[in-house]
Amino acid sequence: MIESMRVWHYLTRYVDSFLLSGILLLMLTGLFTLYSATDANLGRVTNQAVNMLVALGIMWLVANIPLQHIMRIALPIYVAGILLLLGVALFGEINNGARRWLNIGFTRIQPSELMKIAVPLMMAWYFDKHEATLRLRDYAVATLLLILPVLMIVRQPDLGTALLIASSGFYVLFLTGLSWRIMGALFVVGAGSLPILWSTMHDYQRRRVMTLLDPTQDALGAGYHTIQSTIAIGSGGILGKGWQHGTQTHLDFLPERSTDFIFAVFSEEFGLIGNSLLLLLYLVVIGRGMVIAANASTQFTRLIAGSITLTFFTYIFVNIGMVIGILPVVGVPLPLISYGGTSMVTMLLGFGILMSIQTHPKLVKT
Amino acid sequence: MSRTVELRNHPRELQNFQLRLAFSAGFVLLLFLLLFARFSYLQVSQREHYHTLAEANRISISPIVPNRGLIFDRNGEVLAHNYSAYTLEIVPSKIGDLEALINELATVVEIAARDRKRFKKLMEESKRFESLPIRTRLSDVEVARFAANRYRFPGVEIKARLFRQYPKGESASHVVGYIGRINDKDLERLEANNGLANYRGSHHMGKIGIEQSYEKELHGITGFEEMETDAAGRVIRVISRTPAISGNDLTLSLDARLQEVAEKAFGDRRGALVAIEPATGEVLAFVSKPGFDPNLFVDGIDSENWDLLNNSIDRPLNNRALRGLYPPGSTFKPFMALAGLELKKRWPRHAINDSGYFSLPGSTHRFRDWKAGGHGVVDLHKSLVVSCDTYYYGLANDLGIDNIFNFVSQFGLGKKTGIDIEGEVSGLLPSQEWKMARHKQKWYAGDTISVGIGQGYNLTTPLQLAFATAILAGNGTAFRPHLVKQVLNNNKEVVREIAKEPLYTLNLNPDNLQAVRNALVDVTRPGGTAALAGADAAYVFAGKTGTSQVIGMKQGEKYVESKVRERFRDHALFITYAPAENPKIALSVLVENGGHGGSTAAPIARMVMDYYLLGKLPSEAAAEAVEQNEEEDEHD
Repeated sequence: MIESMRVWHYLTRYVDSFLLSGILLLMLTGLFTLYSATDANLGRVTNQAVNMLVALGIMWLVANIPLQHIMRIALPIYVAGILLLLGVALFGEINNGARRWLNIGFTRIQPSELMKIAVPLMMAWYFDKHEATLRLRDYAVATLLLILPVLMIVRQPDLGTALLIASSGFYVLFLTGLSWRIMGALFVVGAGSLPILWSTMHDYQRRRVMTLLDPTQDALGAGYHTIQSTIAIGSGGILGKGWQHGTQTHLDFLPERSTDFIFAVFSEEFGLIGNSLLLLLYLVVIGRGMVIAANASTQFTRLIAGSITLTFFTYIFVNIGMVIGILPVVGVPLPLISYGGTSMVTMLLGFGILMSIQTHPKLVKT
Repeated sequence: MSRTVELRNHPRELQNFQLRLAFSAGFVLLLFLLLFARFSYLQVSQREHYHTLAEANRISISPIVPNRGLIFDRNGEVLAHNYSAYTLEIVPSKIGDLEALINELATVVEIAARDRKRFKKLMEESKRFESLPIRTRLSDVEVARFAANRYRFPGVEIKARLFRQYPKGESASHVVGYIGRINDKDLERLEANNGLANYRGSHHMGKIGIEQSYEKELHGITGFEEMETDAAGRVIRVISRTPAISGNDLTLSLDARLQEVAEKAFGDRRGALVAIEPATGEVLAFVSKPGFDPNLFVDGIDSENWDLLNNSIDRPLNNRALRGLYPPGSTFKPFMALAGLELKKRWPRHAINDSGYFSLPGSTHRFRDWKAGGHGVVDLHKSLVVSCDTYYYGLANDLGIDNIFNFVSQFGLGKKTGIDIEGEVSGLLPSQEWKMARHKQKWYAGDTISVGIGQGYNLTTPLQLAFATAILAGNGTAFRPHLVKQVLNNNKEVVREIAKEPLYTLNLNPDNLQAVRNALVDVTRPGGTAALAGADAAYVFAGKTGTSQVIGMKQGEKYVESKVRERFRDHALFITYAPAENPKIALSVLVENGGHGGSTAAPIARMVMDYYLLGKLPSEAAAEAVEQNEEEDEHD
């Protein structure tokens, strides 16, 4: 009895049960939705459950690592990530017209996924180092640390990941207190460079943006996804069609319905009420993340907690925004619900860091 | 320890961070509200719209084609029916190289050159996405062979379909008509009549004859199957089913056996015959020779057969009984005679002295009688029996064109009878108004004279002549001629009867009528122009021969038949009814380029009546006699 209590204590001492509850509820929702989205394919659901368990294990491991250790590896991880991205650009495998994967002998890896954590870690580490003497020059360096990998990923091309990394870095900049004036200037520069960005975009990317403006102009091509997902959501009504009763889902009208468009499945079957509950659940997790950030003791932990939380939010907003037709179609999964292991691991790695920040003694060497 | 930690937190920075964090929280809430607003818009205010779209995605409606009604003759013999068979169909839009595909198909099932031609013609007439038959009536072996090779032919499918068949082939083809594939013009017409919905899924419709004019009855009501389909169009399940209602069956007034007797009687001659029951207007036989095989048209006719039919000098597609226009010739005389009596321009005993011609007062132009030197003393009776022209020249002059027009048009000549198939022409009974409208010329007294013997501007159809004869046979009571007797529903109950009531009855003096009818009986007796046809008849019948000129004769020129090429020979006509006292059948016969009515047309009528009244089938010898008679040089 005592032995088992000790084991329990050992297992849970660095776990934030509040955050974990939210995550588990979302995962459960994800499994149910996936069951329906895959037409009761238990194999896929089991597979996803295994993904979740693995990710939870990694989260637990990370939660057990004190932040000092994590902080120490920020720079090496970042450098390794940049090198790997360079490797991708030079030797990467081309898949569907994009060069995202690197074959490292025994397995293939997607270094851009690593950068989702490495970039905010690196920036937070950098700001933490220069905390006492923050000057404009530091912001410029941090911005470069952000822009370098983002540009490399844009070139792959992987707009969705680049966008998420850019926003995670931006959140770090924003939370360090980058002045509004500079942000305003950056915004103007950014908006001004849009035409240049447009000219460097691939045809399919341009098409996605055009499709957002008017999905019907290419109803059977690029617009098909958005049209069918809005039909699914709209026809769900207030109460939804009921679990496993979505016609758009089960008659094959929804594309990518177990991955990027899984929200349409959820929304068709659970309606406005389900949507609201899901948003609330996400809000709870985000809120907990913000509380952890607010309570964090160091610049590094504050920034990293804030960035992870806000990036999590960005995933949600970009994915749902795309599915309901207010954002262009970019490959961003709905966190904790979309089918897929990689993003699940990245996501829970982030939550592991949050837990570590929250549960380890707030003590940092000076 | 925790103090050192606290020390590292610069208060101003912490405050700054928390401000920014609070701002972020507000940002998050705002964007979540935006999402919620969009959800509400889609799922509450636009819900109906998207619900409709989702249903449209999900539900596809597929038509159930009704079975086409059958067509029977008056004795229940089948004239048009359906049978189920397999077709091999291609959707051209799904095929890249059609020629290559058909060549490959030909290694699996037999595809004749005729099939290819027909398919090509179908393609020209249809939309690309339609499924078109390359082969019809596949044998079971062929079906099995294709099924085994099906994977090689995407876009090619075997379908079970109902086919229309006309078991009698050429017989009555002009009456029954045929169905054919619905073309763009048909679609336009259907759309104009709001009939398109009922033809969803139908590939064929009536094109001509009864099949066309009773299309509404025959087609039936299309049923619908509501099916749930997935994005690939596969059927998941049937949601609801509204069965089709088969088309109504038709019982024709036509007697198929009589029809065949009549057709056989013509032999290889061209012409038309219409037989009507005077007491009802029911059409008993309706012949237009030559005919065609309507079965050729059902699946789309191939160009070879089409050219053969369409370009034939015999014009087999022309419905001569309905649309052929011929001067009635001497068959016009009984109606003239009746007009003379009714309008008191003649009385039976009144006689003229026929010296072989008639001239208008103050004119030297001679209207010649067919018999040089004339018939001598001729009264009304004799004028009909020997078909004296001079008598009717004078009578026409005495009546005047207005009287002739007003009286004779009561017998339906020069106007449509209103028979229940489409395409009837009205012919022409000349009048002063007509000439002014058509030729911008006033009517001359001389124009009237040849009208009196059914020539001149006169043009009638064989149907009109039969109708007029039926009115005469019915003592002035007119029934609209009709080919369909009854419409029957799926339970074989009569839905409606066609034309039971008379159209009108002419107010004729019975004595006058009797005088004419007596003369017509003597036409078929020795001394009459149809004496040959009347020989040894087991019943008394009345008739009138006629000859209608194909080319105009110059004044004074003698008509020598043998010198005129066959196609320019006169048409032979005969109108008749029998038995004379209580007529059961009235008919008109026209033999194109047949020469004289008495020798070629009347024997055909006799064979038809013999069969109808006595059940006697004509002997081969009798049929041959018709062919022979044309050689004899005898006039009406």
